[in-house]
Amino acid sequence: MRAITVSAIACAVLLGACATTSEDQKPAPTESATKPPSTTTQPVKPSGVTPVEAGKPTATSPFAVLKDPNNILSKRSVYFDYDKFEVKDEYRKLVEAHANFLKANPSAKMLIQGNADERGSREYNVGLGQRRADSVKKMLTLLGAREDQIESVSLGEEKPVCTAATEDCYAKNRRGDMLYNGEY
Amino acid sequence: MLRTIGLAALFMAWLPLARAQLAIEITGAGAQRIPIAIVPLAGEKVLPPGISTIVRADLERSGLFRGLELPPLTPEPNENSNVNYAEWRSRLADALVVGSVTPRPDGRFDANFRLYDVVKQKPIGGLGFTFAKEQVRVTAHRIADFVYEKLTGEKGVFSTRIAYVVKRGNRYELQVADADGAGQETALASFEPIISPVWSPDGKRLAYVSFENKKPVVYVHTLADGKRHVVANFKGSNSAPAWTPDGQRLAVVLSREGGSQLFMVNADGSGVRRLASSTAIDTEPRFSPDGQWIYFTSDRGGSPQIYRMPAGGGEPQRITFEGSYNVSPRISPDGKTLAYITRNSGKFQVALLDLSTRQAQILTDSEHDESPSFSPNGRMILLATVIGGRGVLSAVSSDGRMKQRLSTAAGDVREPAWGPFVE
Repeated sequence: MRAITVSAIACAVLLGACATTSEDQKPAPTESATKPPSTTTQPVKPSGVTPVEAGKPTATSPFAVLKDPNNILSKRSVYFDYDKFEVKDEYRKLVEAHANFLKANPSAKMLIQGNADERGSREYNVGLGQRRADSVKKMLTLLGAREDQIESVSLGEEKPVCTAATEDCYAKNRRGDMLYNGEY
Repeated sequence: MLRTIGLAALFMAWLPLARAQLAIEITGAGAQRIPIAIVPLAGEKVLPPGISTIVRADLERSGLFRGLELPPLTPEPNENSNVNYAEWRSRLADALVVGSVTPRPDGRFDANFRLYDVVKQKPIGGLGFTFAKEQVRVTAHRIADFVYEKLTGEKGVFSTRIAYVVKRGNRYELQVADADGAGQETALASFEPIISPVWSPDGKRLAYVSFENKKPVVYVHTLADGKRHVVANFKGSNSAPAWTPDGQRLAVVLSREGGSQLFMVNADGSGVRRLASSTAIDTEPRFSPDGQWIYFTSDRGGSPQIYRMPAGGGEPQRITFEGSYNVSPRISPDGKTLAYITRNSGKFQVALLDLSTRQAQILTDSEHDESPSFSPNGRMILLATVIGGRGVLSAVSSDGRMKQRLSTAAGDVREPAWGPFVE
């Protein structure tokens, strides 16, 4: 019988076959778009002491209004219809308020994160989220914000605020969030 | 003779694999499978679970082979034993594998085996390997590849690797494993999403999209040393990487000039240039294996559909017409068929389009299929789907007859990518 066996040919190949891997990614905890209000002032006591928290925006900082739950600027989310990217009329006032804030505060910068619901292709959903973020950005600049104050990006379907497979949830996830520098 | 055996037989089996976190379940109908006797290699007991066990599991998982149950054989045959063809015919074997494992003085092992055509009563070939203890699985996969190729005429994919993303809680891991799901290693861990991994043509690097900077950024990651670099981090979103067949450049989708548009960039991140211009979402680029075409998803016609254009840029042609949602184009390794995801009565399923006849066939019956990926020999398509509320990987043969499921005990598995042949 003819000898067909080849010996020891695959050794080098096998030795090189197992790739090592590393874990070099530092944790990057998420910051949610709507943060709880920061400083809460107590009623002035007879002694006249006003509690102050160091490092937080004071009432005179122009950015404090962004955290004031009674101010429309504390609201940051614009919601969209299925497969749509037009900013609906009900959000016009909100977008206008942020446009005015960006105009009044030229040093302010904004990141708009567009989102999509979970249905369909992840990459196409990145595209849909981008369209929504671009749409909010366009309205802000038409209302007077500077183009270079705003970056519009997409998180696609990757950062849902609601995870059930229901219409209600999908609607909450079709969203654009407006974040100011320091908030992302 | 063996090469012309047709394909069609029912097959239901659990094949639990030792140490595999991704367990494989074969659920579909296979073919008329080649009955093969894989005799335990003489002396293999020192290396559990035994090379022959892994070879048999590989071959059976392909759906093209049926491993015969064998009684204990004394004396243990090896690659030098005389073969009694009549005896193996009486056991209904069409093919036979015998061999041996021998310890070496340096602590490593030699494995030798020979494959016989029992019907034609002649040897087909054999190989020898020298390997370390940790390389039992790799060695077995190489033997299975040899047997598969000799008996079916197409290359085996048992020693190829797959990449995928596992999500557990708010932690994401980009993992790489053998094609059978065993031997998984984590290439990248993050608390932000990772999507769209794609293998470089040489199988040494992965390109992917990571959201660790609060927006999508494209990276290239070398697996052996864990080094990675940014390929695209422009203002706006950077996503959907696809390698050119020569591994020198990537097509990416950038929003830096508005919208989601196709660009080319060198693998080191230099030389970015716009490839096409539209007012639509253009995304999910993939090169044809000959490098002539870029297939991509675009909603320029009102709904997302698959188009193609010359790789250097040019007039796009629409490829899919049926239905209102056709996305995620992937070209088969021979360039003849296109796998994609279609929405069919509200279900997202894998479809296969014959590019010459323009006939499309839906291959799956699941509801949330995503990210199809051809095996490098074109026989199987790996995909992500959802079963029981959990993300799992699934594979379907490109003729639609056989299905496999790979799931992990904890967490969602998604974004699979089947790597290339490795030499």
